[in-house]
Amino acid sequence: MVKNRMTKIVVTIALAAGLSAGGVARADKWSEKYPIKEDVPGPASYEATSKKDYKGRTLTILTHAIPVMGEPTALHAKQFEKLTGAKVKVVHVPFGDLFQKAMIPFQTGQAAYDVMFYGSLWIGDFHNYLAPVPGEYIGMPQMQEVTRNYKDVATWEGRMIQFPVDGDRHYLKYRSDVINNPELRAKYKEKTGKELRVPQTWKEYAEMGRFFNNWDWDGDGEKNYGSAEVVARDNLMFSAIISRVAPYAKHPDVKGGFFFDLETMEPLVNTPGWVEGVKDFVEAQNYMPPGGNNFGLGDEIFSFGGGQTLFSYSWDDAFVQAMEPKSRIRNLVGAAPLPGAHKVWNRKTGKWDKFDTPNRAPYICWGWTSAVIKASKNKDMAFDYLAFFANPANHASDLLVGRFGVNPYRTTDFDPKFYIKEAGWAPDVAKTYCATLSGMDKSQNRVFDLRVPGVNQYMSSLAAGVSKALAKQLTPQQAMDEVAVEWKQITKRLGKDRVRKAYANVVALEDNLKR
Amino acid sequence: MIESRHKYLFLFPALFTLIAIIIFPLVYTFRLSFSSWDVVQPTLDFIGFDNYVRVFNDMRFWESLATLGTVVLSVVSIEYIIGFALALLLWQDIERNRFFRVLFIIPMMATPVIISVVWRTMFHESLGPINDLLTMAHLPTVPWLSKPTSALIAVIIVDIWQWTSFIFILLLAGLLSLPHEPYEAAAMDGANRFQTFWHVTFPMMAPITIGILIIRIIEASKIMETVYVLTSGGPGTSTETSAYYIFIRSLREFQIGYSAAMSIVYLLLMILALMLIAKGLTRGLVSKGG
Repeated sequence: MVKNRMTKIVVTIALAAGLSAGGVARADKWSEKYPIKEDVPGPASYEATSKKDYKGRTLTILTHAIPVMGEPTALHAKQFEKLTGAKVKVVHVPFGDLFQKAMIPFQTGQAAYDVMFYGSLWIGDFHNYLAPVPGEYIGMPQMQEVTRNYKDVATWEGRMIQFPVDGDRHYLKYRSDVINNPELRAKYKEKTGKELRVPQTWKEYAEMGRFFNNWDWDGDGEKNYGSAEVVARDNLMFSAIISRVAPYAKHPDVKGGFFFDLETMEPLVNTPGWVEGVKDFVEAQNYMPPGGNNFGLGDEIFSFGGGQTLFSYSWDDAFVQAMEPKSRIRNLVGAAPLPGAHKVWNRKTGKWDKFDTPNRAPYICWGWTSAVIKASKNKDMAFDYLAFFANPANHASDLLVGRFGVNPYRTTDFDPKFYIKEAGWAPDVAKTYCATLSGMDKSQNRVFDLRVPGVNQYMSSLAAGVSKALAKQLTPQQAMDEVAVEWKQITKRLGKDRVRKAYANVVALEDNLKR
Repeated sequence: MIESRHKYLFLFPALFTLIAIIIFPLVYTFRLSFSSWDVVQPTLDFIGFDNYVRVFNDMRFWESLATLGTVVLSVVSIEYIIGFALALLLWQDIERNRFFRVLFIIPMMATPVIISVVWRTMFHESLGPINDLLTMAHLPTVPWLSKPTSALIAVIIVDIWQWTSFIFILLLAGLLSLPHEPYEAAAMDGANRFQTFWHVTFPMMAPITIGILIIRIIEASKIMETVYVLTSGGPGTSTETSAYYIFIRSLREFQIGYSAAMSIVYLLLMILALMLIAKGLTRGLVSKGG
C-alpha cells in the first residue's frame, strides 16, 4: 500500500517535472523577455545576436514615422541595444520627407545614417550610395525563404543591395459576404443577366461596382458603395493607376518594356493600353463613395476596411484593417488577383489582341525595404541589426501586428495555418489570402515599378496627368499625351543612356531574363 | 577712427546674422538657379538661362500662380471684411468682450497642418460632419474636396478660419489707439454711426490697414500646408499654388536647380506685385484719409 502510494508520488513528481521542463523548452528565455513566440535558432536569432558585443558604438537609422515600419524599427532597435550593448538612434520621418532626408546627405557626401528604411522603388536613385548585402547574410537560412519577387525587388544589376524586410504587391480585396450571398447573386443575375463572382476583368469590376453603389447592401443602415481606391494626386495614386493599366498594356508576348520601349526609350504611357486603364479609372469615380476621388491611402484603408465598399485594391493595409479583431467585417472579406483584361494592346502590331482568358499582369508594387549606406562606418553592426530585425521570430511576430506594415514575403508566410492559428482568421479567408499572394510569384507577366533615376519625377508627372483626366480638365488621351511629352523631357534631362541602363533592369525582371 | 571701429564691432553680430540667414541663402539660390542640380547630378555647374527659359514655358507654374492669385485675393479681402467687423464689434466694450477676443485668436495659434487635418475630416464627404449638417438641414451635400471649384473654396474657407483673427487683432489694436477728438467733433456735427465709420474711423485706420494687408498678402502667398493636407493640389491641378508646386519640384522630385529658378521668378513677381499693391492701396486709402 505504502509502496503503491510512494510509486504514485514519484510518478506524479516525475510527470510534473517533465511537463515543466517541456514548458520551459517551448517558451524559451527570449520569449519571456521579448514579444515573440519563441526564438528560432539561426545566425540572427536572439541567442546569436546576444553574443555580439557592440558596446560603445552607435548605429543611426532613418525610418518612417510611427507606426508603419517606424514602430517595428524602433522596437527592434531597442531589443538590439539590450542584446548587443550598442546605442541605436532612430530618426523617424513622415513619408513625404523620407526621400529628401536620405538624398540630401547622399548628395552632400555625409554619412548621416547607417541604415535606412524607405520605398523600394527609389533603388534607381539610391543604388550608388548603398552597400551590397554581404554573402554571409545572403546565405542565411532566413534569406533563403525570401521569395523570387522580393529577391528581385532587392536586386540591382545582379547584386542584392536592399535588405528585404517586407513584401508588397497590389491585389484585389472584396466583400465575400456579398459575392457569395445567394440572394444578392440572384438579384444581380436578375438585373444584369450576369453572374456575380470575384471580378475577372476591370470591366466586370466596374459593372459590379456600379450595381452595388449607393445603397445599403449589408443592412447596417448606412449606404454602401462600389469601390475605394487611392485617387488623391500626390498620395500614391501613381501606383493605383499602374494596377489599372497593367492588364491592358502588359502583353505577355511582347517584350521590351511596359513604361518605355527599351530600344527607343519612347514613353508608352499614351498608347491605347495605358489610355484604356485611365478611362476605366476616370469612370470608376461613378461608383466610389462621396469624396472618393480625393481618397489617399489612409482613406482607402478605412473605407474598405470599415465596410463601406464592395471592392478595393492596393497594398495589404485595407485587408489587414478589415481583418482586425474588432472589425465588423472580420472574416467577411476575400483576396484575389487584380482583375485582368480580355483585350491587350500589342505595340508591335499596333492592334488590340483578344484574350479569351483574361490577361493578368500582377503588379509587384513597391513597398518598404531597407539598406545599409555605403559610407557607413558601422556596416557590420548595421547588417546585423537588419538581419536581427528580419529574423524568423521577429518576422512572425511583426506579421501579426497590422499597423507595423510588415507583409508576407517569405515562403513560410504563405501557409494559411499560420493565419488561422495565430491570427484567428477563418480558413476561407486565410486560403484566398495566401493563394493570391503566393500566386503572384508564379506569374510570368509581372509588372514592376519604374526603378530608374528620377522615378519621382516620372511618377509625379504621371499622377498630375491622370489627375487632370479625373478632374475632366483633359480627356484621358490628352492627359496621357501630355504625360508622354513630359516623360520625354525628363528622360532628356536625366540622360537617355542613364535611364535606359537602369530601365533595362526593370525590363529584365518583367521579361523574366537572367542578368 | 577707434570710435568708428567700435561702431562696426557692435554692428557685426547683426550684420553676420543678416548675411547668414537672408543674404547667403538668397545668393546661393540665385546661383543654384543657373545650375542643373537634380537627383542624378548634384553639381553646381553653369547652364546659363536654361532653367529660366523652362520656367517661362512651364504652364503649370503660371497656372499655379493664377490659382495663388485667386486664393490670396479671396482670403485677404474676406478676412479683412470679417476681421474689421469683429474688431468693431469688440472695440467698444473691452472688459466684457475679453473672453471673445481670446477665443477669436485661438485659430491663429494652432499649427496649420493640424488645422488642415481637422478640416479635411470635417469636409470628408461621406464621414465628415459638414455634409451631415447640410443633410439634416435638408440642403444638398457639397463635393467639398472632389470638384475643382468646391476644393478651391474649401482651401479658402480654412485659410479664412485660421487667419481672420490675425487681421482682427491688429485692427482692434489700431482702433484702440485712435484719438477721441475726431469722434467728439463728428458727434457734434450730428454724424450717424455709418457716417462716423466712413468719414472718421475708416480713413484714420488707413495707414494700419495698408500695413496689415501687405503683411497678410505676403503670408497668404506662402500657403502650402493647407493645400498639401487638404487637396494635394487637386483635383487635377485646380488647387495647386506656387509654393506647393515649387515644393513638389524641389523636395519631392529633387529638381533643385529648376526649383531655384522658379523661386527667383516667384520672388521677383511678388516684389513687383507688392510694390504695385502698396502703391494702389496708398493712393486709394491714404488719399481718402488725407
